[in-house]
Amino acid sequence: MTSAGPAAIPAVPERHRAPGHGGGPASATSVRVHKQRLHLSHVLFALPALLFFLVFAILPLIGVLALSFTSWNGIGAIEFTGLTSWTDALTRETTWRGLLLVLFMIVATWLLQTPLSILLGTFLAGQQRYRNVLAVMYFLPMLLSSAAIAITFKSLLDPNFGVPAGLELEFLQQNWLGDSTLVWVALLVIIAWQFIPFHTLIYQGAVRQIPQTMYEAAQIDGAGRVRQFFSITLPQLKYTLITSSTLMVVGALTYFDIIFVLTQGGPGKSTRILPLDMYLTGFRGNEMGVASSLAVILVVIGLGLALGVQRLGGKSSSASQLEGA
Amino acid sequence: MKNIQLTRRSMVGATLGASALTLAACGTSGPGGSGGSGGGGDSASYWALSGQPNETITEDTVTAFNELGTGTIDLTFFQNDAYKQKIRTAIGAGEAPTVITGWGGGGLRTYAEEEQVEDLTGWLDENSEVKERFIESVWEAATVDDKIYAMPTGAAQPIVMFHNKTVLEDIGVEAPESWEDLLDAIEKANSAGVAPIALAGQSRWTSMMWLEYLLDRVGGAEVFARIAAGEPDSWLDPAVVEMGTKVEELLAAKAFADGFESMAADSNTDQALMWSDKAALMLHGGWTFGGMKSGGGTFVQDGRLGFGPFPTIEGGKGELTNLVGNPAGYVSLSAAASDAEKEVAKTFFADGLMTDAVSNALVESGSVPVVQGQDDALAASDDAEYLQWIYSSLQETPAFTQSWDQALQPTAAEELLVNTEQLFLGKLTPEQFAENMNATLEG
Repeated sequence: MTSAGPAAIPAVPERHRAPGHGGGPASATSVRVHKQRLHLSHVLFALPALLFFLVFAILPLIGVLALSFTSWNGIGAIEFTGLTSWTDALTRETTWRGLLLVLFMIVATWLLQTPLSILLGTFLAGQQRYRNVLAVMYFLPMLLSSAAIAITFKSLLDPNFGVPAGLELEFLQQNWLGDSTLVWVALLVIIAWQFIPFHTLIYQGAVRQIPQTMYEAAQIDGAGRVRQFFSITLPQLKYTLITSSTLMVVGALTYFDIIFVLTQGGPGKSTRILPLDMYLTGFRGNEMGVASSLAVILVVIGLGLALGVQRLGGKSSSASQLEGA
Repeated sequence: MKNIQLTRRSMVGATLGASALTLAACGTSGPGGSGGSGGGGDSASYWALSGQPNETITEDTVTAFNELGTGTIDLTFFQNDAYKQKIRTAIGAGEAPTVITGWGGGGLRTYAEEEQVEDLTGWLDENSEVKERFIESVWEAATVDDKIYAMPTGAAQPIVMFHNKTVLEDIGVEAPESWEDLLDAIEKANSAGVAPIALAGQSRWTSMMWLEYLLDRVGGAEVFARIAAGEPDSWLDPAVVEMGTKVEELLAAKAFADGFESMAADSNTDQALMWSDKAALMLHGGWTFGGMKSGGGTFVQDGRLGFGPFPTIEGGKGELTNLVGNPAGYVSLSAAASDAEKEVAKTFFADGLMTDAVSNALVESGSVPVVQGQDDALAASDDAEYLQWIYSSLQETPAFTQSWDQALQPTAAEELLVNTEQLFLGKLTPEQFAENMNATLEG
């Protein structure tokens, strides 16, 4: 249904191209024209961000790639050992387990957080006062740091001195962080508690952008609330969904802090997801070479996933979402 | 194979940067500007471990030294488990503090071999009065290839079998001295609804303390001595497997407190189980006596905390008097520090680190300081019974084995901790444990 945009571009008459970057509405065509001329000012504007990216993202990446072909204990001399670190990293059972766990985590966090965030975001998009009050409460977890959240939940879930033990509630008295299955229930809920507010905020903003006229038209056609949600709200949220999902997927892939503080990857290796495995291998096991190989694997998977999710939006991601509005 | 020497500082910077990139956030980006080789003047930085009662003692020690006017020590505290990773990264990055807290043994060996810490042998020979203040036995873990790289400090910390006298009385058992006693106590505690043994299993070295004593009692101190010396197949000694089956027995008897898998020693919940009468026994370092004294209300003061040696195992080679634990705390001098910083640190080592005031404070907190001539002070202390017992145990022990994770090289120690946790979760058989550990010997 959005195919009208891109298909129409070649048909746009020549005259649009002539003024270059003159005034007027920014159509898809004029954006193209801008790309053809590289002005000094453009470069200068991009330079700070570019430098920052180069120094803090690209350079370390090259460093890690170089380190992955070495063997290094963190304080001694760095020894070039070819593919040893790679074969080590790829033959370790923890690597594959960590990879599976992190993929599981991506799917589980997405399935848990996306529907809840969309529903909450839609709900909070309403302008009623009580919704604003609730919104403030829902967004509270965003103010807390991950370490604080992890330490708090660790105390709350303590098997002997935590809330379940204190309230003497039988069904809550589980070995939440010490059982290899239950620990995932606890983790996913805590992570959802931390990140749903953020995604809710994105969706709330997006829902408020949807023109009221669409809902009015739907009402005239006799569409109920539920029908409006599925036929207008959800389709209009498509690009927000992609943005939010990208953040969620890449975020889950590199997820580290709460798990590190809460479980240290335990019990055993139950929550030792790949990013955590990388850290523990490098900084506790002092095998920087192997850890660097794991880091490279993570970067590649992360890039792949981010590009993949973007692709889901189709090539027309710059096309208008509002035709008919 | 070609050796390429890359500059360390830039590579660590690169790695840290990549961590910041690939990890959303983590606590390892280098330390703040303090310390390192850049500073001048007459001050030196000192990273120490947090946790009472030692935190206050260390703080008072440094304050007292700073008031002498011979130099200034900048003190920063870190939590034990986190510090172990932080200090290594800092040393690798050339950002180490002047005074490095450590544990001697295998970790110190890697620092010494990479020339990251100063050789103190010559300085100690010149200042023999400094060296002679200490108990002779504490220097061993500070020595690498006949050279001394660390100063002993603080207290001797053997691992002790603590018990809650009230709980043991309620369930009708004595402090266990044999394996059968122990299993009997576990069963009675379980049927009385208290936790038999408090254990902070998430910290892993806590579970390892059980292995240390079990292996000693089964096979004697020689088994681990061979392992620490790196002898081929030393982990495949039948005593190691026997040690593992003892752990299995304990697990089958539900010996450890509910949820021990997720309890961390840094939060002291294991000690809390003891002083709140929720657990009968706890195998822990001697320093927890001070921890329970300062944190557990009047638990220690009322004389309800019992202590004793680890039980013997019938048919085993280890004696009741064999000890395992930390011979002392250690501090080293960073080789990367400036001469001025080193001078201040050495003055601190001589005139601040273990003064009489410090050893008195240690005795008062319930530890045995590692300096000579403490008999009278120990006898006069509120905790005389405990302190004199520790002191005489140290004097009489035929074998004092250093804690495994400190005696071994860091990478092997991490492998040990990983496998220990798996063993205590019942996810490894004793045979697998022995084989996994044996694989670390080749490297």
